[in-house]
Amino acid sequence: MSMLKVLGAQIKEFKKDSFLTPVFMILEVIMEMIIPLLMASIIDDGVNAENMEHIYKVGFCMLIAALIGLWAGIMGAKYGARASTGFARNLRQAMFENIQKYSFSNIDKYSTSSLITRLTTDVTNMQNSYQMILRMAMRAPASMIIAMIMAFAINARLASVYLIAVIFLTCCLGIIIPRATKHFRQVFEKYDELNASVQENVSAIRVVKAYVREDYETQKFAKANENIYNMFLRAEKLVVLNMPIMQATVYTCILVISWLGAKTIVAGGLTTGEMMSLLAYCMNILMSLMMVSMIFVMLTMSYASAKRIAEVLTEQSDLKNPENPVSEVKDGSIRFENVNFAYHKEGKPVLKNINLDIKAGETIGVIGGTGSAKSSLVNLISRLYDVTQGQLLVGGLDVKQYDMEALRNQVSVVLQKNVLFSGTILENLRWGDKNATQEECERACRLACADEFIQKMPDKYDTYIEQGGTNVSGGQRQRLCIARALLKKPKILILDDSTSAVDTATDAKIRKAFAEEIPETTKLIIAQRVSSVQNADRIIVMDNGMVTAFDTHERLLETSDIYKEVFASQTGGNADFDENGGDN
Amino acid sequence: MPGPGHRGPRGPKPKIENPGKLFRRIIGFMMKDYAPHVIVVVICIFVGVLANVQGTLFMQTLIDSYIMPLLATPDPDFSGLAHAIGRVACFYAVGAFSAYLYNRIMITVSQGTMRNIRNAMFGKMEQLPIKYFDTHAHGDIMSCYTNDIDTLRQMISQSLPQCLNSAVTIVTVFLSMLSLSIPLTLTTLVMVGVMLFVTKKATGLSGRYFLSQQKSLGAVNGFIEEMVEGQKVVKVFCHEEENMERFNVLNDELFDSAYNANRFGNMLGPINLQLGNVSYVVCAIVGGVLAIGNIGGLTLGGLASFLTFNKSFNMPINQVSMQFNSIIMALAGADRVFKLIDEQPEEDAGYVTLVNAEEVNGELRETNKHTGMWAWKHYHKDSDTTTYQRLEGGVVFDDVDFGYNDEKMVLHNIKMFAEPGQKIAFVGSTGAGKTTITNLINRFYDIQDGKIRYDGINVNKIKKADLRRSLGIVLQDTHLFTATVMENIRYGKLEASDEEVIAAAKLANAHGFIERLPQGYDTLLTGDGANLSQGQRQLLAIARAAIADPPALILDEATSSIDTRTEKIVQDGMDKLMKDRTTFVIAHRLSTVRNSDCIMVLEQGRIIERGTHDELIAEKGKYYQLYTGNAIATM
Repeated sequence: MSMLKVLGAQIKEFKKDSFLTPVFMILEVIMEMIIPLLMASIIDDGVNAENMEHIYKVGFCMLIAALIGLWAGIMGAKYGARASTGFARNLRQAMFENIQKYSFSNIDKYSTSSLITRLTTDVTNMQNSYQMILRMAMRAPASMIIAMIMAFAINARLASVYLIAVIFLTCCLGIIIPRATKHFRQVFEKYDELNASVQENVSAIRVVKAYVREDYETQKFAKANENIYNMFLRAEKLVVLNMPIMQATVYTCILVISWLGAKTIVAGGLTTGEMMSLLAYCMNILMSLMMVSMIFVMLTMSYASAKRIAEVLTEQSDLKNPENPVSEVKDGSIRFENVNFAYHKEGKPVLKNINLDIKAGETIGVIGGTGSAKSSLVNLISRLYDVTQGQLLVGGLDVKQYDMEALRNQVSVVLQKNVLFSGTILENLRWGDKNATQEECERACRLACADEFIQKMPDKYDTYIEQGGTNVSGGQRQRLCIARALLKKPKILILDDSTSAVDTATDAKIRKAFAEEIPETTKLIIAQRVSSVQNADRIIVMDNGMVTAFDTHERLLETSDIYKEVFASQTGGNADFDENGGDN
Repeated sequence: MPGPGHRGPRGPKPKIENPGKLFRRIIGFMMKDYAPHVIVVVICIFVGVLANVQGTLFMQTLIDSYIMPLLATPDPDFSGLAHAIGRVACFYAVGAFSAYLYNRIMITVSQGTMRNIRNAMFGKMEQLPIKYFDTHAHGDIMSCYTNDIDTLRQMISQSLPQCLNSAVTIVTVFLSMLSLSIPLTLTTLVMVGVMLFVTKKATGLSGRYFLSQQKSLGAVNGFIEEMVEGQKVVKVFCHEEENMERFNVLNDELFDSAYNANRFGNMLGPINLQLGNVSYVVCAIVGGVLAIGNIGGLTLGGLASFLTFNKSFNMPINQVSMQFNSIIMALAGADRVFKLIDEQPEEDAGYVTLVNAEEVNGELRETNKHTGMWAWKHYHKDSDTTTYQRLEGGVVFDDVDFGYNDEKMVLHNIKMFAEPGQKIAFVGSTGAGKTTITNLINRFYDIQDGKIRYDGINVNKIKKADLRRSLGIVLQDTHLFTATVMENIRYGKLEASDEEVIAAAKLANAHGFIERLPQGYDTLLTGDGANLSQGQRQLLAIARAAIADPPALILDEATSSIDTRTEKIVQDGMDKLMKDRTTFVIAHRLSTVRNSDCIMVLEQGRIIERGTHDELIAEKGKYYQLYTGNAIATM
């Protein structure tokens, strides 16, 4: 139930609309229910009594009722639309806001696509469900209950026929719907699987064609498709029972009322007009019941969406700013003291007993195999994650003492998976510093060797970067990301494998520029290529979550077996052949 | 029931060029396999509607022929009424049964048609040339299978029968109304006119807002997508607040337009409902007056029946107007689906086939046995002879020009030859055309000019399937399928035994890590092998190529950063695979390049240098530059 509370909290300023919608819907229903009653009066006291005036009078009342109903309906539509779209807006906003607060470990927990689905499709689902709850979930039962009361007011004995019909239909629906829903859930799961396999085929079409597996895949698809066809049939076979059962019930009611009604009329216990209103209520009662069952089904289907949204909303960031945060990082020195780190509290430690002392202004290379926890190591420095044990000092202070924003502005990280955003190059660069002048941006780009290719672009710094930076090459993207990070004028600059797609010559040029232009900045460079780190002041050699060596290139060649092996493999026959030579 | 993952409406309302033709085509698809079913459905709908009308007309009989006279008789006899009710009960029973029948048959028809359309779509998709996949966003292709098919299903299973039902109801009810009272019928018609007019106005209004809603929704979703994908970068740059501001602006715009679109959309229901009520009331008043004056022979029972008809006349009109929108949406979906089905499949005029061969007395002969020796079976039309030629893997490019479209050539005057068993390396910068060349050998694309010969045969003459079967390929981007490791490797040779699979894995150096997977070879891979590392996925791709055991091979070395140790394992696997095969390799590693028999240096779609490593170094050209550029960096 706490899930409903979390979602309900987002109704906020739309409480009034949410309240008024069902009120108007019920008013609409009442007006609708009055009409058959007035109808009876027209027939009995008007037509049968040949009283023209009465017909006009009651007819006028009916018109008024219809018009009030129309007004109520329009108001209900308006408030319902406002409440539901407003609720959706608040949900989206609250989710997006909370995601902004997520720490890296929160982000890791969800896949990107799942977060996007939650923010888009799931919110749309909630909007529709909420609208349905407000407009229909009240209207349908109200319509059923009022019609039932009206029917009983006319003649309790005859109306009891409807009570029996309602009980009968409820039982039938109660048997059919849960079964059908179960079947549908299964078939939709399979259906999603089928679509996933199509997706797989689309993206792997070259493999399919290279191995001449078109027919094989088509047969595989046809088999899965046939299976889904059968599952759909099984599920829908149950659902189609609803319609005839409903019809049979309505028909039976009509016949029974006709028979009993005729007898009662003849016996003087009922008028013809009253019998006609009874018959009119029959449809209202049973249709509303049908509607209630449909709403029920649709709501259970949107339950999953509600749960997913609530998850995002309740997720708490595990990183908190300290009470009296320090906002100035003194210098670029970094100290790891017995640091252990695991991504999950009870999880396997990723970093084990790290002790490092890095002086401000040093250039440090980090090298090691995949999974040796190089990225994990550097991500701790700007407090993207918190250490599990031990202490990490930047500028002589524990990172937990800094204001997080201040720390991250002074410890600039170029992530391994770096992203550019849609907008001009200049706009992208200014992510690093909102107020950077054109000159500052150009200087950063020159340092990152990005200026040379930007100048060749038709719109230079105003060139529009497409979403995800798809209109620049991998190497260009990396250099722009470095320039963006440089604009922060950081005390510490961390490059997490950020020049992998940059050719070795340019890579060397960038490192040279760093050494000459920003000597006070501490530079940490993670790389796969020995050539990228061998000129560093010192090199950290990581293996399996531990620092196995930390020394200069020359000494490592003597002392570290891992380093020797990597060096030999890269400068021997396996060296990287420069394929990106024409990239700049 | 809503479709899976009930998606919000997307994209602006599309213009459809020829809705009538599309509609006929959908019906055609239905009729192809389900013509008898559809006929039964139509009959059932007629029977159902008629039974219902009979029931409503009974009201008149009930009141006029039984209740009124019985009221007047002192000693009422109900047996006549019992008979009459029994007769109507029969009608009703038939009606309910036909309703069941038509709904039951309809699910077979709609689901069956969906299945057939899906099969047709997928079957066609598999035959489309690579170019199609290059020029169409994968998301768009996918939405044919999800959104478009869903709307189409809705149309076939719900909208179509409902419209037919409504149409039949409207006609029969109209006729029955006419039979009861002409003036009342005219009154009803006038009200229907008002209803249709109001509906049209309201739809127009909501349609306009609907468009702007779609636009804002697209903007919000696009922003969400971009920012969530870059969330870590947002964090690193402390851009949360700016993001929030931008998001709020977009979100508020969406709220505005969504509110208006929904408001007018929602109004349609109550407006029609209440206008229906007004129509009912007006008929009641007019009918009452007519009945009292006994004008046009309208009796009390007739009025009662008529008022029920009035309701059942308005209802289907509302329904049709509501279905109209979903039919338009479905037709737009159908348009995209049929466009996919109508695409031109990959052309294949080849007639030279690949057959198992054996050598008898120094002559090649076709055989059904799997000999491990393959031959090209070449039928010469002019001399009516068939020759066999051993498959060896020699490839010759003779002055080949190629462009992905005719306007812009990406390869110019490519000339090269590879003797069987040779290793040819392509080097050059990104976009120089290395991958393109390899894509031409197995005819992923067709060339504009020049000739490519495979074992001396023009590749255009070779059946595509056989050509590709003879060429192994390891792509730079590894793609794996949702299946076990075993099945993924077996993809290269479907009839391979488990032992063969393991042998191939061993050759590719993949055996080691597979053994360490939780279920070994039976480990299920999902999401393109998401649970494996990049290097491991490459090893599987190599094993997959190895089991196919092709005489010629195309290798695209991966550039992605895998660590040096894994890379060495991958490299070894590749080396073993390349042994004794004609290999075209897009090289990124020095060792690969140096060991090649011939190196092609590409720049802007031209081969600018060719030769062995030593020759090219001596030439001091681009290759030398690339090579020494690397050397500078490692200094």
